Amino acid sequence: MIRLEQRAAPSRVWAYLTPLVAVLATMVAGGALFAALGTDPVAAIRTIFWDPVFGEFAFYYRGQLLVKAGPLILIAVGLALGFKAGIWNIGAEGQYIIGAICGAAVGLAFYPMEARWLIFPLMVVAGALGGFLWAMIPGVLRTKFNTNEILVSLLLVYVAEQILAWMALGPLRNPEGAGFPGSRNLRQYESAANNELIAGSGMHWGVVAAFVAVIFAYILLSKHLTGFHIRLTGESPRAARFAGVNPTRLVLFCLGVSGALAGLAGLFEVAGPSGQISIDFNVGYGFTAIIVAFLGRLHPVGILLAGLLMALTYIGGEAAQATLGLPAAAIQAFQGMLLFFLLGFDVLTNFRVRFGRRAMV
Amino acid sequence: MTTPLLRIDGLTKAYPGVVANDDVSFSIGRGAVHALLGENGAGKSTLVKMVYGLVRPDSGAMTFEGKPFAPNNPQEARASGIAMVFQHFSLFEALDVAENVALGMENPPPMRALAARIREVSETYGLPLTPERLVGDLSAGERQRVEIIRCLLQDPQLLIMDEPTSVLTPQEVEILFETLRKLQSEGTSILYISHKLEEIRALCDSATILRLGKVVGSADPKTTSAGELAAMMVGQELKVPTARDHTLGDVALEIKDLSVASPGAFGTSLRNVSLSLRKGEVLGIGGVAGNGQDELLGALSGEIRAPAASILLEGDRIGQLGPVARRGLGLLAAPEERLGHAAAPGMSLIENGALSGWLRRDLVSRKLVDWKKARTFAEEIIETFDVRTPGPGVAARALSGGNLQKFVVGREILQKPDVFIVNQPTWGVDASAAAAIRQALLDLAAKGAAVLVISQDLDELMEISTSFAALNEGRLSPVRSAEGLTVEEIGLMMGGAHGMEVAHV
Repeated sequence: MIRLEQRAAPSRVWAYLTPLVAVLATMVAGGALFAALGTDPVAAIRTIFWDPVFGEFAFYYRGQLLVKAGPLILIAVGLALGFKAGIWNIGAEGQYIIGAICGAAVGLAFYPMEARWLIFPLMVVAGALGGFLWAMIPGVLRTKFNTNEILVSLLLVYVAEQILAWMALGPLRNPEGAGFPGSRNLRQYESAANNELIAGSGMHWGVVAAFVAVIFAYILLSKHLTGFHIRLTGESPRAARFAGVNPTRLVLFCLGVSGALAGLAGLFEVAGPSGQISIDFNVGYGFTAIIVAFLGRLHPVGILLAGLLMALTYIGGEAAQATLGLPAAAIQAFQGMLLFFLLGFDVLTNFRVRFGRRAMV
Repeated sequence: MTTPLLRIDGLTKAYPGVVANDDVSFSIGRGAVHALLGENGAGKSTLVKMVYGLVRPDSGAMTFEGKPFAPNNPQEARASGIAMVFQHFSLFEALDVAENVALGMENPPPMRALAARIREVSETYGLPLTPERLVGDLSAGERQRVEIIRCLLQDPQLLIMDEPTSVLTPQEVEILFETLRKLQSEGTSILYISHKLEEIRALCDSATILRLGKVVGSADPKTTSAGELAAMMVGQELKVPTARDHTLGDVALEIKDLSVASPGAFGTSLRNVSLSLRKGEVLGIGGVAGNGQDELLGALSGEIRAPAASILLEGDRIGQLGPVARRGLGLLAAPEERLGHAAAPGMSLIENGALSGWLRRDLVSRKLVDWKKARTFAEEIIETFDVRTPGPGVAARALSGGNLQKFVVGREILQKPDVFIVNQPTWGVDASAAAAIRQALLDLAAKGAAVLVISQDLDELMEISTSFAALNEGRLSPVRSAEGLTVEEIGLMMGGAHGMEVAHV
């Protein structure tokens, strides 16, 4: 008989080891999945994990790595703050969309004025504000009416998608676009573009923002009183109330910060890699960031690494689709396995596996 | 009627560190309502669990209907004719009444027949209940009826009721008592567990009083006064303090007509609580658990907000202030529940020290926590209060209950409170550590702090208090000097002879 026994204190070794074990297990199970689909599992795993960084076309993929990792990290860092306190913002995707719309709208409103020093910063503020306000909807509803922020934030994603479609077809449509849906391309508008800072590196302002967010979140959680209160609330809400934490303010803070960061990610994406508001602008960064946050154990540095790893599976997954002909669903299943195994192995951090029977006391 | 229905002979049950029942003997006659009376932790629950087959005795014997009786599990007990209504119900809210009853039966009849039976029994015994209603929509009293009917359908010889009135409204209590009397008149015996004296006097024919696992007496509740019963329950050997040299200062804390609703569904709301606490005073508040102790602590610590003018600290209205602001003004509190309320289980002692100590111990500058200072603070608590731990970096849940208790009480005392509120300061703490904590409370008062101790340990309260009051159903008895207090008086204050809400039927 196998039993799980709670450890007196969480195991430090396993806390660091589980992400690695989870990645390995994903490779094994994913390999089996690919083999079942008739693809050479070793080639598939190599295409996903090795080739994008060290393979023949790595010069192209390496830049993509930061482009994909940037928004994931930026969003995940914000989400992790809330998750640590037991506040579940599942709607980062919606905040990301609204941030992009708000930021892009500000930029497009100035078109074709040339004043980068004014326009781009204003767009950044608008993007963050858009995401913040969209996240305040579940925040205020929860604190005023005790609604479930998971449901409200999630459902608002679909509302945001409809607004996105409306914007792409209506108010923000490119007047010179021959009637095609989608806004002007912001990358071709010097004052609003979020282009690469170093050519070929993939490094744009969004990636810089992600790194800064990692550093700030690290300091917040390890040193700042608010960070302490966030951790305390997650550990024990009742002890937090005793300590004097105001739950309302904490909920609004966590949702607000994660919304603002998701909005920023949207803005940097729309002004940079994506370039325009279009119907299919969002590609699921907001949802994948949830996986990234947990894969990184809700720790800012862990999230940085997890974001890069996740970006790798994205890029590698696309490469595998292109070169090996694997279906997209298989790649998604592969990414899902990662979270599944991580949460599964997480048990080892807090529990010890015991074999055999022990006399009942 | 010569042989009793159930006879208990020398039952003993020990758990590691505590003897829950020590050589307990008594018997219950046919058609009798027998009360099992005692404070919390006196061993009542363990005893009935042995009768119901949930716990096996270490030694001793039982006879039921003249035959030896040693149930291995509740099924056997039920088969012999014993049924039990637990204090906490085991019902499924999403199912209706009949379905819930069927779940508890070994061979449930078809639903329609069962519903008819339920209706019949509920009419016979005056327990209004509709079989088709969802349990989720029922009140606590109605849910209890479901449990009772579930028991009655077995035609039990003996019905055990564990603290049945703790979740009932006064009207529901009346209905329950009518039902129990009817059952009694039909020859069913009832073992009734309670610590509410007036109820027992109104209902029971005989009573066995337990204290610390032992039978300390038996009485006829109809002829014994509530005070006498309380005295037996509380113990005659209670030491009442002799004149203590105390010089009381000005009023430090004043509570005026404080009424707050309990945040929890099963909590007890505070009703018109008033008291004043002077510098140098140790006010002991007794009472059986669940009579508003948690709520009183919460209202004073700032976790539960109260009308501003209902709590005055040095004359300032603080009812609306939160915990941090109150700490800043010198009002500190230590809740009863150590893990998950006073301390976060998964966090280190350093973090748990900072939890309440950051403000007064200056552990935070410009919103950043100085973890080095926090470590020094945790080490100081560990050192001063002799907390046994490998180090301050250990998670709170790794400490034994007593050691964590020393830590959380020490954490507050080392912050030099002007007014200190503590709930169950020595609960689960070994004797020497308990003495140290009590001494620390006395020292605090000697230095001029006002101390309010909420406890269920009357010996403890008598040892350290200068004045005494008791909480009962969220109301506070008048405060009186602890000097010369008799056991009988304490019993009456605790049992709530004032404003007793149970109907005297």
